[in-house]
Amino acid sequence: MRKSKRIFTYVFLSIASIVSIFPFLWMVVSATNKSVDVTKGRLLPGSHLIENFKNLLDTTDLGTALWNSAVVSVITTVLAIVIASLAGYGFEIFRSKVKDAVFNVLLLSMMIPFAALMVPLYRMFADMSNSAPLLGIDSKAAVMLPTVTTAFLIFFFRQSTKMFPKDMIEAGRIDGLSEIGIFFRIFMPTMKTTYAAAGIITFMSSWNNFLWPLIVLQSPEQKTIPLLISNLGSGYAPDYGIIMLAIVIATLPTALVFFLMQKHFVAGMMGSIK
Amino acid sequence: MLKTERQGSLSIRAKSTITGWSFIIVAVLMIAAFYFYPMIQALILSFKTGRGVNLAYTGWSNYERLLTDKTFFTALKNTFIYLIVQVPIMIILALFISVLLNDSHLKFRGFFRTAIFLPCVTSLVAYSVVFKYMFGSGGLVNAMLMKLSIIQAPIEWITDPFWAKITIIIAITWRWTGYNMIFYLSALQNIDSSIYEAARIDGASSVKQFFRITIPMLKPIILFTSITSTIGTLQLFDEVLNITKGGPGNSTLSISQYIYNLSFKYTADFGYAATVSYSIVIIIIVLSLIQFRVAGDRK
Repeated sequence: MRKSKRIFTYVFLSIASIVSIFPFLWMVVSATNKSVDVTKGRLLPGSHLIENFKNLLDTTDLGTALWNSAVVSVITTVLAIVIASLAGYGFEIFRSKVKDAVFNVLLLSMMIPFAALMVPLYRMFADMSNSAPLLGIDSKAAVMLPTVTTAFLIFFFRQSTKMFPKDMIEAGRIDGLSEIGIFFRIFMPTMKTTYAAAGIITFMSSWNNFLWPLIVLQSPEQKTIPLLISNLGSGYAPDYGIIMLAIVIATLPTALVFFLMQKHFVAGMMGSIK
Repeated sequence: MLKTERQGSLSIRAKSTITGWSFIIVAVLMIAAFYFYPMIQALILSFKTGRGVNLAYTGWSNYERLLTDKTFFTALKNTFIYLIVQVPIMIILALFISVLLNDSHLKFRGFFRTAIFLPCVTSLVAYSVVFKYMFGSGGLVNAMLMKLSIIQAPIEWITDPFWAKITIIIAITWRWTGYNMIFYLSALQNIDSSIYEAARIDGASSVKQFFRITIPMLKPIILFTSITSTIGTLQLFDEVLNITKGGPGNSTLSISQYIYNLSFKYTADFGYAATVSYSIVIIIIVLSLIQFRVAGDRK
């Protein structure tokens, strides 16, 4: 009985792992194959990688799209974790009835679907296009602004602050540090794991964001990576080998961030749940 | 901390209040500007009609149109099919995997966990395009199923109204099961193992332990994930657009995609799009209340 349970566990988890990994393997293999072989579902690596890469660079503006995605994601991530951690810390350390009420109202924003926001947001940024083009439609600021602050991240940091030892704040005060000094010099360095987890979550969602950039970015030179891939995929005569290569390249940064910081990520997630 | 604040003089308290607000004010203003203000704008917009920027108040006409809009009800029906079929399958699967993984004697535990979480690193667009090709008529999935003699003729995963929905459900489940699993796994590791030991001594089977200990202990996190998954499914867009474009016909069209089409694909009808979007808000509020109620009752 015990032994059969054991075997079942390994078999089940192995199947789940294979199903999870398989599309990645196929994606990498397909990046080395001709378009025809991809549609046939060829499972063996081919010799078309270099040619696919050349064609990808010739037919698309991959470099620009990567650059746009990198700029947007990095700035969004830095701003997001600073703003949200300040707020999460503030709500927890300087608790008051009014602030708790405000916090609860902020949490309600998690229930608002983006579908309900896209039309009014588009109109807000379209209105700004004339007076402040740098903030208007087709600008990087317009992509970033609505996604920088989320109630989820504030909640995440507030939960983590609950576990931050309060004596360290007192010690900082006795040492004559200002409140903001305590935050930057004591809280931030102590909570590295939490920041890492928040950073990974934000970077991934920003790098992968599709719907809002699709609406707000209109000129080709502003397009981000997901828009480029979606465009390639819905083209009239798509070259599947090229598309697969583009997808592999687009997935590399998030996969890399995940593997390098996996420990922080899991530790941070656990901290937020306690 | 709170005590010293209360004992301090009024000016110190006032100063502390200002310091406190200075920490949170940016976040509060940003959420107000990019969530609550647009929500109010959408509400106003839903009572207006017109093409593009020329809008005029028309009272309830958009809402009357909504009630007779066949495409809207198709999108609503599709979204609910995704919701009712996909969310329970994914949550049960994630719970099951996390319970299996929560065994400290398990070998390759780290590998299994990483592998099952891996789909979360892909962008929704990227994995959707990969799935579109894998599930193509002459594609990999059909080839494999035919080789294994599970099917005789290729299944039209993308172009058949029924199978297209299944493809989308399989795709979403692949992408999000690992994500939910991590939440359950974290919560499971917070459960004191002595509870299970006591249950074992009392002769409770593992099935009984699962329903009597694990599920009740994880209830808050199951509630949290089921609400976020519900909201996520009601917002479904990237997958449908990139796998089936909403087709064949409108058989996979989601509400988000319909709103997008109304605003940015056809002649822009922002007023009516805002009306449709408010229907999702109301659905989310109602479903969340139901989920809270259901979770509360079992106490």
